[in-house]
Amino acid sequence: MIVAEQKSLDEIKSLIGTSDNILVVGCGTCVTVCFAGGSREAAILSSSLRMSSKLDGVSRNVADVTVQRQCEWEYLDAISDQISEVDIVLSLGCGIGVQAIAEHFPNTWVVPGLNTTFLGLPTEQGVWAERCAACGDCVLGLTGGICPIARCSKSLLNGPCGGSEDGHCEISPETDCAWQLIYDRLESMDKLEVLMDLQTPKNWQTSRDGGPRKIVREDLRLASEQE
Amino acid sequence: MTTNPSDNGYLAGSTLERVLRAGHFAVTGELGPPQSADREIIGKKAAMLMGYCDAVNITDNQTAIVRMSSIGAGALVVQEGLEPVIQMTCRDRNRLAIQSDLLGAYALGMRNLLCLSGDHQSFGNHPTSKNVFDIDSVQQIQMVADMRDEAIFQCGDKMKGQEPRFFIGAAAAPFADPLDFRPYRLGKKAKAGADFIQTQLIYDLEAFKVFMEKVRDLGVHEETYILAGVGPLKSPGMARYMKNNVPGILIPDEMITRMTQAGAPWKDIPKDELTKEDKKARSSAWKETGIQICIELIQELQEIEGVAGVHIMAIEWEAAVKPIVEGAGLYPRPVVSEQPA
Ligand code: SF4
Ligand code: SF4
Repeated sequence: MIVAEQKSLDEIKSLIGTSDNILVVGCGTCVTVCFAGGSREAAILSSSLRMSSKLDGVSRNVADVTVQRQCEWEYLDAISDQISEVDIVLSLGCGIGVQAIAEHFPNTWVVPGLNTTFLGLPTEQGVWAERCAACGDCVLGLTGGICPIARCSKSLLNGPCGGSEDGHCEISPETDCAWQLIYDRLESMDKLEVLMDLQTPKNWQTSRDGGPRKIVREDLRLASEQE
Repeated sequence: MTTNPSDNGYLAGSTLERVLRAGHFAVTGELGPPQSADREIIGKKAAMLMGYCDAVNITDNQTAIVRMSSIGAGALVVQEGLEPVIQMTCRDRNRLAIQSDLLGAYALGMRNLLCLSGDHQSFGNHPTSKNVFDIDSVQQIQMVADMRDEAIFQCGDKMKGQEPRFFIGAAAAPFADPLDFRPYRLGKKAKAGADFIQTQLIYDLEAFKVFMEKVRDLGVHEETYILAGVGPLKSPGMARYMKNNVPGILIPDEMITRMTQAGAPWKDIPKDELTKEDKKARSSAWKETGIQICIELIQELQEIEGVAGVHIMAIEWEAAVKPIVEGAGLYPRPVVSEQPA
């Protein structure tokens, strides 16, 4: 899932500026699961904004609503009336949700309430960790299902650097060394020979380095035309 | 090791290559460029190393701290008459920049290269920067070997003129984790085209012998020249710090005890009563012992089958190289012929 965390109230307030009518829009998918921007967080943030406006001696209307998925137009259509009535939308969706609102409502000013952080999973209660960098050319089949692109600090493809120690990465004792994990897993599966092959330079064109990416599925387009 | 020699019969023809090919025990040193544009510093350091090393590594923004570029400093070192080993990390440059910089380095007279992943930028003085890591060190080795042996760029395009002919080096960390993989990782670098290897600092000879045994079992010592990394300890504090904080460095307790004992004459003086002169004298006693230990290490390393030389890392203490090389009986350095035997 997409993992995000809320911006500080101070930053959110400065993004909102002097707007009087504010709509906080939560999202019911990834950011709900990571407790950053679901209906609960949207309600809490609206009341914090109301309270702090009161303390600052400013009167403003803050309402909140949560859609099931901010990243799809059809879910946004359901709140188009509410959106048209406010000065500003504070999106608690991921960066995609914010952009979906901006794209779908050209006359609405939208600002982000979250920092979209990574693609990952919860490893324990209250802890999320990065797992994928969406490089567009998945190498997990060579590494025992552990991603060296997202999880090795240097995205190495031919094994661990000299900084790996006691299972952690050279950058910090709190960061697992991805290559130690890969090594351990391949060893336990009796597949260490995979590591002996020389991996040639990666084609980063499929990653962000090739420019903004887009997928066109002609089969699906044709199917929808035929309907 | 690739065997596509140039007209003179060598891969690159550097002094380092010639010394190793002739079967001499090689000595390389290290010259850290300044955190400024002062060329005088390069000259001063080069003067201390001249004649005592076959070639000196010029570090590339070591520990991710901005310094004069390795190629810039390397060009100055060439002018001084000393042979550089250009260090090149994958942290700061993508494949375009690495290749173009190496064309320039070759044109400026540099003939040895050390391929590195590079310390992560979070260690250095620009932790908020973006890193590159377009390719890794193994891929870098392969790329520069192809540039030399096939005269092609990484993309496959043929070069139109002189190809850069480097004697290609790589690093090895024998005691980093996962420990069992380290000899294989070295083998991978040799397979990718590394002509020589410089290891992380070795203090624990017994552990290094175990590593070298595995390396010999794999036959890697016959595919690449292995230079063992050594460095003089400055003080017991430095030894303890490295042991506890630097990944992949093992220092036996006896060695730390020996360093501590070197400072014994001052040990009963309370800290606040130590005069400047006391501290100076104690520091020289420590340093003398550090140099002596280093000499003994080199002598023992020479006895290990598959060790083709030493890489002396005495960064910011270049003056130590002369007594170490002399003490180890490795001075004067051999003069090697222009043509391979
Ligand atoms: S290899 Fe690429 S696609 Fe696969 S998990 Fe890693 S970043 Fe994601
Ligand atoms: S220590 Fe491990 S995770 Fe960190 S950069 Fe090196 S190989 Fe990658």
